[in-house]
Amino acid sequence: MPHIRVTVDGVSYDDQVEARRLLVHYLREQLGKVGTPVGCDTTNCGACTVLMDGRSVKSCSVLACQADGHDITTVEGLSSDGDLHPMQRAFHENHALQCGYCTPGMMIAALDLLRDNPDPSDDEIREGLEGNMCRCTGYVNIVRAVRDAAAVLRAQAAAPGSEPRAGVPPQVTPDQEPARQTASGGAAS
Amino acid sequence: MTTAPEAPGTDQVGSPRLRKEDARLITGQTNWTDNIQQTGMLHVAFLRSPHAHARITSVDTSAARQQPGVVAAFSGADFAGEQGSLPCAWPVTEDMALPEHPPMAVDEVRYVGEAVACVVARDSYAAADALEAIDIEYEPLPAVVDMEAALAEGSPLVHEGSGQGQGSNKAFVWPFTAGDVDSAFEGADVVLTRRYHQQRLIPAAMEPRSVVCRPDGDAFTLWSATQIPHILRLMLAMTTGIPEHKIRVIAPDVGGGFGSKLQVTAEEVLALLLARRLRKPVKWTETRTEGFQTTHHGRDQIQDVSIAADADGRIRGLKVDLLADMGAYMMLVTPGVPVLGAFMFPGIYKMDAYSFSCTGVFTTKMPTDAYRGAGRPEATYAIERIVTELADEIGMDPVELRRRNWITHEEFPHTGVAGLTYDSGNYEAATDRAMELFGYDDLRAEQRRRRESGDPVQLGIGVSTYTEMCGLAPSRVLGQLSYGAGGWENASVRMLPTGKVEVVTGSSAHGQGHVTAWSQIVADKLGVPFEDVEVLHGDTRVSPKGMDTYGSRSLVVGGTAVVEACDRVLEKARKLAAHMMEADEDDLEFTDGRFTVRGTQSPATSVQEVALAAFAAHDLPEGAEASLDADATFDPENFSFPHGTHLCAVEVDTETGEVRLRAYTAVDDVGTVVNPLIVDGQVHGGLAQGIAQALYEEAVHDADGNLVTSTLADYLVPTAADLPDFTTDRTVTPSTTNPLGAKGVGEAGTIASTPAVVGAIVDALRPFGVQDLRMPCTPQRVWRAIADAREAARSEGGQR
Repeated sequence: MPHIRVTVDGVSYDDQVEARRLLVHYLREQLGKVGTPVGCDTTNCGACTVLMDGRSVKSCSVLACQADGHDITTVEGLSSDGDLHPMQRAFHENHALQCGYCTPGMMIAALDLLRDNPDPSDDEIREGLEGNMCRCTGYVNIVRAVRDAAAVLRAQAAAPGSEPRAGVPPQVTPDQEPARQTASGGAAS
Repeated sequence: MTTAPEAPGTDQVGSPRLRKEDARLITGQTNWTDNIQQTGMLHVAFLRSPHAHARITSVDTSAARQQPGVVAAFSGADFAGEQGSLPCAWPVTEDMALPEHPPMAVDEVRYVGEAVACVVARDSYAAADALEAIDIEYEPLPAVVDMEAALAEGSPLVHEGSGQGQGSNKAFVWPFTAGDVDSAFEGADVVLTRRYHQQRLIPAAMEPRSVVCRPDGDAFTLWSATQIPHILRLMLAMTTGIPEHKIRVIAPDVGGGFGSKLQVTAEEVLALLLARRLRKPVKWTETRTEGFQTTHHGRDQIQDVSIAADADGRIRGLKVDLLADMGAYMMLVTPGVPVLGAFMFPGIYKMDAYSFSCTGVFTTKMPTDAYRGAGRPEATYAIERIVTELADEIGMDPVELRRRNWITHEEFPHTGVAGLTYDSGNYEAATDRAMELFGYDDLRAEQRRRRESGDPVQLGIGVSTYTEMCGLAPSRVLGQLSYGAGGWENASVRMLPTGKVEVVTGSSAHGQGHVTAWSQIVADKLGVPFEDVEVLHGDTRVSPKGMDTYGSRSLVVGGTAVVEACDRVLEKARKLAAHMMEADEDDLEFTDGRFTVRGTQSPATSVQEVALAAFAAHDLPEGAEASLDADATFDPENFSFPHGTHLCAVEVDTETGEVRLRAYTAVDDVGTVVNPLIVDGQVHGGLAQGIAQALYEEAVHDADGNLVTSTLADYLVPTAADLPDFTTDRTVTPSTTNPLGAKGVGEAGTIASTPAVVGAIVDALRPFGVQDLRMPCTPQRVWRAIADAREAARSEGGQR
């Protein structure tokens, strides 16, 4: 079986995995990272979205061994020291979730969207999130939450001495090369 | 106008409290059924029929049992003696056909996806792999896909000899007549007849179904992604013969339902039986495609509707004749869904006479059952579409025609032609507000301009003035409709010694925010902090009595049970407080959680102090118990009737058929609002699903009965990019059928929006002579309707 070294939410893992095992099943079943759910198996719903080196991927369509040497952030790694990430806070404050099943993937996809476009219009948010389905909210409050989170993150980025939070993509302008995350000095290469 | 402030004289009820539920959900600290692990747990995979209809001639699971990691493999025959038949709780007529429905097929399969065998293995990959090794031989039988063909003479039968009157695919006929329909139609100036198709839909909750069952001695704990833990426990006991008190059902975090998890499924029954047979915990979780094939579908009706009216637009009568596709079997409430709609076709309108008939039809497809609205969206679609067509026929504005026919606010309570008594409403207020927010007159003016200039992008306006029956349901009425259970709900409220409060509810939330809303209600009633209230639900051992969550019933029925339990707690507290304060009970006042003696300056006693005194029990009055808790069961005397006015503007590109939602305004009256944030969220989500029926979603089967739209790539659940922002507002006319004044909001958006959107598209295309469109109104269908109408106009011109 292939041997992988992967960092997930700041913790390094060294594991044997079946070659065919999907990343989401590795996360859920081998690491117990059940915060990332599975909603389909065809990359349509986006519930399983995680960040790989700061970019969103649908973990139902990435093999665990493709994550070898990479840094994964799941919903469980968004908050730090008990502080909610601005995206989590915005989802809560805007009532942007009901059953909550799509929420982990939706927040992660929104973070990747804001990385490319820190100040998106409502239409840009809607287009940017079209890979993630929600059956409960009609998306109205999700759009509002992403808009609010964007404003908070822009303000944070503009604040002097601001530093990116561990495990979470830094805010960069589209023309910058995305910075790599080495969350805990782990396996990101 | 009865519009009132949302929170008269209260702190919590009516305030937009952020949800208590969110903290876990946004941090991934969730407890979905598929997250559950048990020591020694085995994984189940099902082999499913590739045929819509076939006889099973042989099943050989022996090779599968030899596969690595496989613990067991079974065919339907292996469980034939114990699996029973999946239950139908709603035999709508005495002579309804109710064929056997074994959880795993034994002799015959009747839809693609029906379970025929299963593998139990140490992990889910091994179980899936071993399915390949099962050898099954089928003798294919003809598929029965189309309802009308199914009813034709000589059609192949879905169930040999079990249709109504035998030898037929007709499952039942359910008729209803009120008033003299013949004379209503004979004397009418205008009679319109239309056929509407309710396409088959897939509920598509984001969380796939999942079940885990663990044997505990001679008892079982079963976790399921279900809306109905209490009903499920009862039905599992009745189906398998395992005593009810030996089954504990837990609905942990449940990721949406929309009716699809209001079911007793083959997989739940088999998980229980496999756990019993193997003495090991077992888990099964569906894949999305498996779910699309085998989680029940919704809608699927053909509606023949006729309306009779006077020349001035007054409606005289309505005739409705339905064909309702049951699919292959009767599941939990399959036949009841169209019957639930029977009373709602007259909508908000007064009329002299109404007749309804529904024929249930068997086909070789996945059974239909409840999907958000369940019977009421179908009824609302038909009446709102045909009333709009009537307005066009007599040359009247569709809002004006509605005004001439609706029940005015002075006329409530009003018993309509179908026999339902609508307790309250104000259609004028909701419509006026919606038209103002929408800019109705300006949009009509723009529509005229575009028509006159021959703009290739035409504007259309759709109107939907809906009502629905919610708060399911008075048990007495359910009995009259032959439903197998009641419609009450239970709650208990316990004050703990420290003054914190535990609320146990029989409602079973799966995204609705009951924990937050119930906390608000209890905080107000008992005068305790919102944060001090814990709400427990979804576990038959924790919450032993309940009727669960569906039909916009939770707040109206379950919330009222919470209110009544609080009242009983306060009765007890008042007695004890009077004893503690050496005062007469009648002299005590209770405000903001404190008892005071009227007209004195003596110190107050808080309800928390009373709770501690009750626990200590050192000095209780004669006959008092050492506890401050109470239980209440509420059975409503009537339904509640939310209503509202929805207006939709679409831009239709007449060259491509593309439809763009330009504006959507919804003004709903759901009675007293406990949490406006939650209510708005329910409306938004409901709108998305109703709009999706109008524009995007359809479960399509080919002639052989295969589900063509079996993934989220083919079945178009809308994304954020497919939907607009919505303008929402409310009027508040409290319900008089429950002390909260609530009416229910879970289904309103879905019920109202579908006819508003289709009506808008037809309105845009009226200049071309288009009168109707099949749903979903895809660009291809819209373009085709325009092309056909142009062609028809040309050939008519040619003949002259």
